[in-house]
Amino acid sequence: MAEMQGGRSLVVDAVTHRYPSGALAVENINLDIKGGEIIALLGPSGCGKTTLLRIIAGFIAQTQGRIIIGDDIVDALPPNKRAVGIVFQNYALFPHLTVSDNVGYGLAARGIDKATRQREAQRLLELVQLPTMSERLPRQLSGGQQQRVALARALAIKPSILLLDEPFAALDKNLRLDMQIEIKRLQRVSGITTLIVTHDQEEALSMADRVAVLSHGKLEQFGSPSDVYDRPQTLFVNTFVGSSNRMPGVVVSADRTAAKVRLDAGAEIIARPAGGTLSEGGRVTVCIRPEHLQFVGDETGFAGVVGMSLPLGATVVHEVTTADGFGVKVSQARIGETRALESGAAVRLAPLAPSLANAFPATL
Amino acid sequence: MGAAPATRDVTSYGMGLAAPLALFFLVFFVAPLLQLLWLSLHNDTAALHWGLGQYLHFLTDPFSLSVLGSTLLLGAEVTAVCLVLGFPIAWLYQRVGPKLQTIIILIVLLPLLTSVVVRTFAWIVILGRQGIINATLQSLGIIDTPLKLLYTQFGVVIALAQVQMPLMTLPLITALGRIDPNLDDASCSLGAGSWRTFFRVVLPLSLPGVIAGCTLTYAAAITAFITQSLIGGGQMLFMPMYLYQQASTLQNWPFASAISIIFLLAVLAVVSVFTTLGRLSRGYGGT
Repeated sequence: MAEMQGGRSLVVDAVTHRYPSGALAVENINLDIKGGEIIALLGPSGCGKTTLLRIIAGFIAQTQGRIIIGDDIVDALPPNKRAVGIVFQNYALFPHLTVSDNVGYGLAARGIDKATRQREAQRLLELVQLPTMSERLPRQLSGGQQQRVALARALAIKPSILLLDEPFAALDKNLRLDMQIEIKRLQRVSGITTLIVTHDQEEALSMADRVAVLSHGKLEQFGSPSDVYDRPQTLFVNTFVGSSNRMPGVVVSADRTAAKVRLDAGAEIIARPAGGTLSEGGRVTVCIRPEHLQFVGDETGFAGVVGMSLPLGATVVHEVTTADGFGVKVSQARIGETRALESGAAVRLAPLAPSLANAFPATL
Repeated sequence: MGAAPATRDVTSYGMGLAAPLALFFLVFFVAPLLQLLWLSLHNDTAALHWGLGQYLHFLTDPFSLSVLGSTLLLGAEVTAVCLVLGFPIAWLYQRVGPKLQTIIILIVLLPLLTSVVVRTFAWIVILGRQGIINATLQSLGIIDTPLKLLYTQFGVVIALAQVQMPLMTLPLITALGRIDPNLDDASCSLGAGSWRTFFRVVLPLSLPGVIAGCTLTYAAAITAFITQSLIGGGQMLFMPMYLYQQASTLQNWPFASAISIIFLLAVLAVVSVFTTLGRLSRGYGGT
């Protein structure tokens, strides 16, 4: 089924939104999204990502800034004229209409006759792999099936942009992976520019071409999944995306590409200055991911005492308390003899490589 | 050791606690109803001779039938007015902030907090020959002679609609509150305008509330003795007053009983039509 439409671009241009109370929901958000891209808006709840989605859809009129779809500034258009397809978190299928009528709803609103509607609905139901469900009511479907219907319904209007609001939150873990693959497949087939709002970083990293990380209404970073994961620009991104050990320290010496940091835990390490240049003698927070720490046998690295070891299937996570009282997590791939360590064992830890530790100027 | 301990059925509950209410209903509802039925099956006022004479009399008497007809029509009109005026209030309620919601609920409930007699007299003051409406229209020079508003079908419908409005609005508010607000947004994002959304999504999904509201309003409107009598006056006769006259003034208890039974059956018929309509139109919920 060739359905290449070449998605339209989406520009979020300096969008700011204030609630009537005066509180900022989103502040000066700039996103330049190419046609056909999958973008994830990632952030904790209350970060403004849903507000941004509703602004793009037209349900909220932003206080400042512009939304540009393709070559059109759409700010003056109401939601029903924007041709933006939305899949809601709870799917929002019309409970009194059959699956076929749900999918054909947008076509009916465009005055398309019943026969064409049904044919198109059937075609889309085949696309989402539910060809035999057309006469059922939504509540007779499972969660995953309902989501496929919601997707087919959104695609039926041939939207220029597809918005997915926490699309996988209500699905159980196995189904979630299936639907993620499914949506990615459909997106590839249709080429529709897609925005996924999510608080689940794995979802964002696995599905999106680029990830926009939001916190407190501000855009923290907008980049490829590997940029966001491996080269976080802010402390928030480093700790929110993936898990990370935060270790306080002092800058011994620094240039633009590397900084020597004396950790309070008692070791000097080389870290990447992530949030701009660092000044000598300044306090920093160093972030090291659990999988980037290793046990070392010699006197390099810093000392710690094993608190607990958790064998989590493919990895074993050790919780280690450092000399300055901080708890750090160390994740080891489970190869051969990797075992849980004795509680109370004295160990020494060091980062795998200098580029895998990120130093941020300490706030406070 | 010995035998296994005897198992107990914990899923059944004793009916004993329901007995007082059952007894109450039996003595004060079922027994009088049976007595009513027994009375209506007598041909003479002294209730000595059995027969269907009272029913035959009612069903062959054009006057009686016209009273029944006008009462059922009155109910339909009041219900229609309540639905048309009540729906926007319920719709508005779901779309305003909590402060305004409190105010709307207060306004909706206010009629229930005052005596029906007081409310009805207020309508007499408003609708009367020298009432507020006529006085205003006359002082503005729009009319020369006062309009006849009191003692008209129009007056009765308006007054009853105001009195029974909460019975329509409250079920509607509940029904509209059950509709997922995302459905509105979904409909809109699919390109539907507000009217299409209303007729294709909101109205069908609120039907359970519409049916409940209509049933309550209808039943209350046709049996509203006080408002019907005071606003309708002597010239307009509806079933409750007709019944009252037969029983109290003319002491014709068997005929009054027959009127009651016929009225009861007529109301039940209308209510079951509402219910059936509701079940048919509710696409979801059944199957």
